[in-house]
Amino acid sequence: MADRYVELKSVSKSYGGVPALTMVDFRCEPGRVHAILGENGAGKSTLMKLLAGVIQPDAGTIAIGGQTVRFSSPREAAEQGIMCMFQELSLMPHLSVGDNIVLAAPRTRMGLMERGVYREAREALDLVGAKSIPLGARVSGLSLSERQLVEIAKAVFRKPKLLILDEATSALTSELVETVFGVLRMLKEQGVAILFISHRMHEVDAIADSISVFRNGKHIETFDAGARTTDEIVGLMIGRSLEELFPPRRAPVPDTVPIVLNVSNVSWGSQLIDVSLSARAGEIVGLGGLDAQGQQQIMHAVFGVLRGVTGTITLNGKGLNGLKPPRVKQSDIGLALVPEDRKTEGLIPSMSVAQNLRLAVLGRAPFGLLDLNGNNEARLQDLIERLALTYGSLDDPVATLSGGNQQKVVLAKWLVLSPKCLLLMDPTRGIDLPTKAQIYRLLAELAAEGMAVILQSTDYEELIHLCDRVYVFYRGSVAKELKGDHLSADALIAASMNVRLHVEART
Amino acid sequence: MTTWLRQHAREAIAALALVVLFASYIAIHPRGFSTYVVTIWSNQGALLGLAAIAQFFVVLVRGVDLSVGSIVALANVVASFLLNGSPASIALGMVAVLMVGVACGLVNGIAVVYGRVQPIVTTLATGGIFGGIALLLRPTPGGSIDETMSDALTYAVAAVPVSAVILVVILVILLVLLRRTAIGLGLYAVGSSQQSAYMTGLRVNRLKLVAYGSSGFIAALAGIYVSMVTLTGDPNIAPSYTLNSIAAVVLGGIALSGGVGSPVGAVIGALILKTISSLMFFSGLPPLAQPFFEGLILATAIALGALGVFRVRSRLELYR
Amino acid sequence: MTDAAARTASPRKSLRWLNRDNVSVLLIALGCVALLLGGSLLYPGFLKPGYILQQLQIAAFLGIIATGAMLVILLGEIDLSVPWTITGTAIVVISASGSSNPIVASLAIPLGLCFGMAVGLLNAIGVAVFRVPAMVWTLAVNAMLLGAAVFYTGNSRPNGEVPWLATQTATGRTFGTPNAFLIWLVVAVISIWVLKRTAYGNYLYALGNSRRAVFLAGARLRLITVVTFVLAGMFSSFGAILLLGYTNQAYQGMGDPYLMPVISAVVIGGTSIQGGQGNYIGTFVGAIFITLLSSILSVMQMPPAAREMIFGTIILIVLLVHGLTNKNQDI
Repeated sequence: MADRYVELKSVSKSYGGVPALTMVDFRCEPGRVHAILGENGAGKSTLMKLLAGVIQPDAGTIAIGGQTVRFSSPREAAEQGIMCMFQELSLMPHLSVGDNIVLAAPRTRMGLMERGVYREAREALDLVGAKSIPLGARVSGLSLSERQLVEIAKAVFRKPKLLILDEATSALTSELVETVFGVLRMLKEQGVAILFISHRMHEVDAIADSISVFRNGKHIETFDAGARTTDEIVGLMIGRSLEELFPPRRAPVPDTVPIVLNVSNVSWGSQLIDVSLSARAGEIVGLGGLDAQGQQQIMHAVFGVLRGVTGTITLNGKGLNGLKPPRVKQSDIGLALVPEDRKTEGLIPSMSVAQNLRLAVLGRAPFGLLDLNGNNEARLQDLIERLALTYGSLDDPVATLSGGNQQKVVLAKWLVLSPKCLLLMDPTRGIDLPTKAQIYRLLAELAAEGMAVILQSTDYEELIHLCDRVYVFYRGSVAKELKGDHLSADALIAASMNVRLHVEART
Repeated sequence: MTTWLRQHAREAIAALALVVLFASYIAIHPRGFSTYVVTIWSNQGALLGLAAIAQFFVVLVRGVDLSVGSIVALANVVASFLLNGSPASIALGMVAVLMVGVACGLVNGIAVVYGRVQPIVTTLATGGIFGGIALLLRPTPGGSIDETMSDALTYAVAAVPVSAVILVVILVILLVLLRRTAIGLGLYAVGSSQQSAYMTGLRVNRLKLVAYGSSGFIAALAGIYVSMVTLTGDPNIAPSYTLNSIAAVVLGGIALSGGVGSPVGAVIGALILKTISSLMFFSGLPPLAQPFFEGLILATAIALGALGVFRVRSRLELYR
Repeated sequence: MTDAAARTASPRKSLRWLNRDNVSVLLIALGCVALLLGGSLLYPGFLKPGYILQQLQIAAFLGIIATGAMLVILLGEIDLSVPWTITGTAIVVISASGSSNPIVASLAIPLGLCFGMAVGLLNAIGVAVFRVPAMVWTLAVNAMLLGAAVFYTGNSRPNGEVPWLATQTATGRTFGTPNAFLIWLVVAVISIWVLKRTAYGNYLYALGNSRRAVFLAGARLRLITVVTFVLAGMFSSFGAILLLGYTNQAYQGMGDPYLMPVISAVVIGGTSIQGGQGNYIGTFVGAIFITLLSSILSVMQMPPAAREMIFGTIILIVLLVHGLTNKNQDI
């Protein structure tokens, strides 16, 4: 009994009718590092949120040491020793590093904060390798990697019994990752159970004792680390072969085809540094790299979201500098952007499917005063069929559709404008595999019709199997351009890390 | 030291502006630097300063309180009934007035936290209610206040205005509470990022109630002090306190987006506004033009506080 | 497209009209009937056509002002400068109309409307350019307008003449129906068409729901915001001119009692204070409800303070009901 620290029994959770976890049994034991692997949308984050008390299961039970528990808030989970580090960091930006750490478990004497807790906070920071971060610094002034270290220190400071790390090391260099792993091993020795979620296979290999694979909200299999090869694990995660998922490779686009989108020497503050890239008609160009290395910003820069961009951006020879979204979507330029966050940026969830489909096309009527139904309606109808959009009624709120169908609505909204260049920001995040395959096929078709497609993605398979070329970003600039035979998982990972090329130098 | 200055740049600039304004006020005032002039200035400043601190608490947790003025007015009116008679009954009366203030603040807080209504609309509606109660209790200004106490609290001792001493004492207590206790830091945490505070295991709802309750408490203090200065209960003072308190908070470097600033900033902002209007009084501006210029200065102050938007470099951040 | 889809729609369609908007309208219409019946117990004249027509006439003033307020609320903002936009317009119109220059005098009403639009533009600049929260900025603009009015009139009752046209529109009748109500009907039809059928209307709803998504869909956010505030200022002025014609005088603070009723009318009509949801028919019925309620309160000789409290309580209760029934706002 005592060795089963946390156990989930037939746990299910769904959001608005869409299942996120179905009948999951899972357990983790003290003194072990459990890695959780799965595609985006496999249910990993839902699992973490359940354990951390952010959400409650629809069915099934969570037990600690054999006793059933029900957490109604992260606070209650923390009282049981469950600490969670989420991808979306849980730091208060306007507070100092020290306050952020001690607030997690304040100790007071006569109502006032004890000075000693700040010393312990300092020790926790030193332990995770953040000696250079002063306690008094405001979190809003820290870099992403520094924030991740503070986040880890905060969790360590609270002396967890179960520590959950959700992509907690995504922005750290390999040296820092090694320091953090040292801490994790030490905690493991002390009997802490650790759940480790990461995209990086080699990190999982380095730290995990056992590996659990999740797919489509189901717990597929758990095995000891080293029991299976990487290819087998990927197969388990995807559930089918890569050939079925991706359309057949297209012939390379010859250099004689004119360039559609040309970005040269673009800089923006410290987040984009001298970025140059181009895309020809018919190409699918990938943007890869670790999270937040400038891939998102270059998309925003092209679409006119950013102020103060230097360098030149042209589309079919027309300069785009200083133009804003309402201008660049006009047919003489023809840009379209599928944004990163479907729910807050791509769609208006409470409005109907029909209203969402028209959101981009509306602005073209003179002064927006004329009747809505124009030629575009027929085109929209065609697109709905081409995309195989599944819906109850076009008057239903778009939130009632599945994630995949929601993304199709975002795509249709832009495709009705017949853009010449389509920018996509991680378009398949959290989407089921059949829809993914449909979207891949659609992108290949659009490219074949002469559209230039820019695909920013966190999914290496997508970049490798769908793209003609991939620009790998590192710290705001293009670290490497990969194409042809050089476009492989190993090359992508190596270029993303870019460890030897850039020395850790922050002011 | 440089980090401290950078983090408190807005407050430092506001304090500097206050010194310059105060100097010119003294220079322009026919009686110059005298205990009398400074005491009047300090009393006026303390009134708005307290209202601004009340506003600060709500702004700190990402709200705006349009009922601050009404709570001040209601407290003032209730005080005009209770703050008289024996010392014991005055003391009881004080407690009652403060409880009225806390109750008003908690009504706002409960509607915002549990009713999930936006703070500004809630307080617009409750402002109407609180103001209405004040008007029903006392349709026209009147009532009486214990004059001995009023004198003790509004004059100067050894050339130092009592109001200034009271304000400083309140500020010191608040600073300690806000910076050195878990609840105080928790208020900043909730204002900075409600989501992160929740994930960290803070009791977000309870902290917000604390903020609204404290706001009501301080607004009631302001109401009591209004009674001390004016010796009457006046239900019609609400609008000027509401708007001025918002402008004071903005001038004092407190972000309307929450999580930033201190009660000291709020008080500095309030003193700036009071000094400007006193300056106008002695500047030879026609009295009828003064309301317009006061409005103009308020609007300018609020717009200045928003100038940060021009530094935003990703337009996406403007649309949350 | 929508029609084609509606034909093949799910079997739930028969119940589809029972959405939140329509339920609100239905409830509030029932509330109007209840008020009339309840009022008739206090005062038998309540059910006479003459009384009802008079109430519709008064409701028209409120309803036209509420039209502007609703546009702003749909946008997810709020306009607190309504009171002194009303007073300011009345002062501008009455002074211009009383001017010795015949050209100025004849332009009194257009000048009044321009004044409202100028205030709307000022509001829009604060909100769209400086991004001050609309509540705060429009409150400051209200204070400035108050100051300007005090300065201009010397804090006494403004002199001048009420334009003949204003009086005719506000108090005249056509075939026994008050002109003001007929004009409100026209405003209502146009508003419904604009909100449902035009790109502006669609973007207005979308903006109230998600600024980010609308921005990334390439809409002209600033333009939409500016147009909305300018329209709101114009409607406030339009209502003010009718009020001027009705009361035949302008005075300081004549707009003050209108802020709470206007917002109440919009909110109880089912428009979400968060923006992006609501329909004009709700506001229409809401304005009638508020007018009937005011009328009953004044028959019962409630002091103004109590009325202010009652409107505040109504707004709060409606918002609490909406807030508590809206589940998708969890942290």
